[in-house]
This record gives sequence, structure tokens and C-alpha cells, in this order.
Amino acid sequence: MKIKTKRKINVAVTGLNAIDSPGPGIPVIRALKESSEFDVHIIGLSYETLEPGIYMHDLVDKTYQIPFPSAGIESLLTRLGYINAVEKIDVLIPNFDAELFNFMKLTERLEEEMGIKMFLPTIEQFEERHKSNLAEFGKKYGIKVPHSKMIFNISDIPSLRNEFTYPLVVKGKYYDASVAYTPEQAVTCFNKISTKWGLPIIIQEFVYGQEVNVTAIGDGKGNTLGAIPMRKQYITDKGKAWAGISLEDEKLIEVTEKVIKGSKWRGGMEMEMIKTRDDEYFLIEINPRFPAWVYLAVGCGQNHPEALIKMALGEKVKPWKKYDIGKMFIRYSYDLIVGLEEFEKISTLGEL
Amino acid sequence: MKIKRNIALSDSGFVFNPTTGDSFSTNPIGIEIIKLLKEGKNEDEVKKHLIKSYMTDEVTLEKDYYDFVNMLLKLQLAEGDEDKDEAKN
Repeated sequence: MKIKTKRKINVAVTGLNAIDSPGPGIPVIRALKESSEFDVHIIGLSYETLEPGIYMHDLVDKTYQIPFPSAGIESLLTRLGYINAVEKIDVLIPNFDAELFNFMKLTERLEEEMGIKMFLPTIEQFEERHKSNLAEFGKKYGIKVPHSKMIFNISDIPSLRNEFTYPLVVKGKYYDASVAYTPEQAVTCFNKISTKWGLPIIIQEFVYGQEVNVTAIGDGKGNTLGAIPMRKQYITDKGKAWAGISLEDEKLIEVTEKVIKGSKWRGGMEMEMIKTRDDEYFLIEINPRFPAWVYLAVGCGQNHPEALIKMALGEKVKPWKKYDIGKMFIRYSYDLIVGLEEFEKISTLGEL
Repeated sequence: MKIKRNIALSDSGFVFNPTTGDSFSTNPIGIEIIKLLKEGKNEDEVKKHLIKSYMTDEVTLEKDYYDFVNMLLKLQLAEGDEDKDEAKN
């Protein structure tokens, strides 16, 4: 009998904040732990000391704090240099929108100087799918996009009536979105979101319909390696999916393939769409990384994070042709009991 | 009126629409009607079958039957003939 031995690999992962607005790190790690090809040693990269993943030792073998994206690429490179000297990272998977730009800028240097591989979208792909550029993106790839406009000042809100009807959606550049039914509510949303995420604020036409999402991975040559459509069944007050179900939706898969083919998307992504009663699809957002519900893809028979590792290593991945429909995920909260000495270690030494 | 081709129905009366992700439950008579419609039986054939199987009169059956199929349409579990014609165009 032939026994297949798994290849040992060291993978660094960010996004360990398994909180009410969860990062994708823990689901990505769970997917990798279930890989049939890799025996993964996980190095967690954290920004804050209370990210739950730091203390989940069954999933994360060792965690290191890294500098916030605002500290710039040189301090990130220096820190990764130290971590890599200890851990010998093979592949790194960044999972936050806000950190992606720095990692994309460092792609070549990380590979050449440290041998760390990544499989990320290009800067051009990252920029063109920005919420503020979505209208042009839609036009370029033939996808319907709700009318949207960037505003920088609260005084722009009264004149929105000339272009939009209420309700409308007020969105932050990276995160957060609220529906405003009146100009007064739009002002409140503007203040709330701009205080947290800065400017500009994006104003978007409200499209009535059902929100549907897709988690997908592109090979960078225009091919879709895998795609799973999902509908949120239980939504938190932050708009996050607490439960969801995989759908049979050929048209949505077609739209995803169209975007990936047109943009030659490289890496993981999430598309957020609105499906109207007339079966029309409007693209409301593209996230340039796996979503926090990516583990559902594994449950449906497509291990997207494993495919990403293989692509990063320059290996061929055969596209999936099918997936399980009607598979659900239900998130749960769980209290970890942590000794103060662990918290002390990550707080003072920056590693645990 | 036709039940959409991909609608799943279990023996316990659990109905699942894989396109929308919605699920519902129905009683044994609901299961019977959905099964007959899935088999391609038309309205008259379904009503005839129900009249034969249950102690009811035509007026009551008519009312309850239309209530039920309208609900199926509203919940996007079925499509009317006009929807199909539109789809063909």
C-alpha cells in the first residue's frame, strides 16, 4: 500500500482577530490544517495583543507581533527579517485589505531576500477594484455597478439629492457601510465612518434585492480555480455573516468568471453582489482577499487556501468543476481561558 | 404552473431552494401537491387526485389549492406558465 506523506511547510498568516467582525486568518488556517498535501506549521502575525488567534495553540504554532501598516514597508521588512530568521517562512498569506498594499510592494524583496513567497493581486488589480473606482471597473468588465460617488466633505451631502434618491449607502474607503434614509442620517453616517476609516466617503445608490457573495480564487492568467456562491442567513449588527448557505447560482459563477478573466485576477477574492427580483446582478464590492467565511469553501469541497499555497509555490492547480450546494456554516463564539503569563509574553516580547 | 426543477423536497416536508438558499417546511398534503406538480401533473390532475383522496368538496379544495400554489409562486419555488414563456423569449 502506498502511503502519501504530506509536505512540511511553514506558512505565515495575518488576520487572527476571530472577533465579531472577524478577520479571515483563522478560517484560512483551518483550511490549511485540513490540506491533503501539506503538513503546515503556522506562524501567526498579529497587530494587537488580544487577537484570539494568538492564543489558539491548536491552530497557531507561534505568533509574532508585526508593525501596523501605517509604520511603512521598511519597518515591516525589518520585522519579517527577524521572524524569518527564526521560522524560515515558505509562504505568507496577508488577510487584511489595509495591509495588502505594503505586502504587494514587498513581494519581490520578500522572495529575493528571504525566500518568502506570496500569491497576491497586482497593485493595478488592487487599485482598480477599489470602492471609489468601482464604476469604471464595472464599465471595463461589463458588470452592472450601482451609481456611486466619492465625497470628501460633509457639505457635499445636501447636493446628493440631485444625483441620488434616498435611501442611499454611505461607505468607508476600506470597511464599514450604513444605509441612510435621510440627509440627516447621511451626515451621521459620514461622521461615524470617516472618524474611523478616514476619507473619502463613498456614496452608493441603494439597490433593492438579495445580497449574495462569492469566495473565489484566480490564477492570474484569467482562469477561475474555484468559486463558491453564498447567501448570508444570519447577519450581525455589523453586517457580518454569522450563518450562511452555499447556493446553486450559475449566473453568479459566470459573473465571477467574467471578472476574473477580464482582470486576470491573481489570488483570493470575495465579490459582494445584489441580486434583484428580476435576476439582475449588481456588483457592490470586491475584497482583494479571502473572506472570513472562506472555510465554507472547504466544506463545499474546494480548499481555496490550499490552492493559494500551491500557486504561491509555482505549482499547477486544477480548477474545481463542482461544489456542494446547500452546505451551511454557523459561526459561534467561544471563551478561551488564557494565563496572564501568555498575555504578558505577547505584550512585552511581541511573540508567543 | 411548474415547480422549479432544482427545488429539493424531503419526505419530512423540508423544502429547499438552492438558488436562493431559502428553506421551508410543509405538511403531508403540501408534500403530495409538490410531488404531483414535480411529476408534471397539471392543475386538473392534481385537483382530481386530491378530491379522490380526501373528504372535501370542490369549492374548499379550489380555495385551499390556489392559496397553496400562490404561496409557492410567491416563495419562488414555482414558476407560472407566463414566467416560462418570458424566459423562452
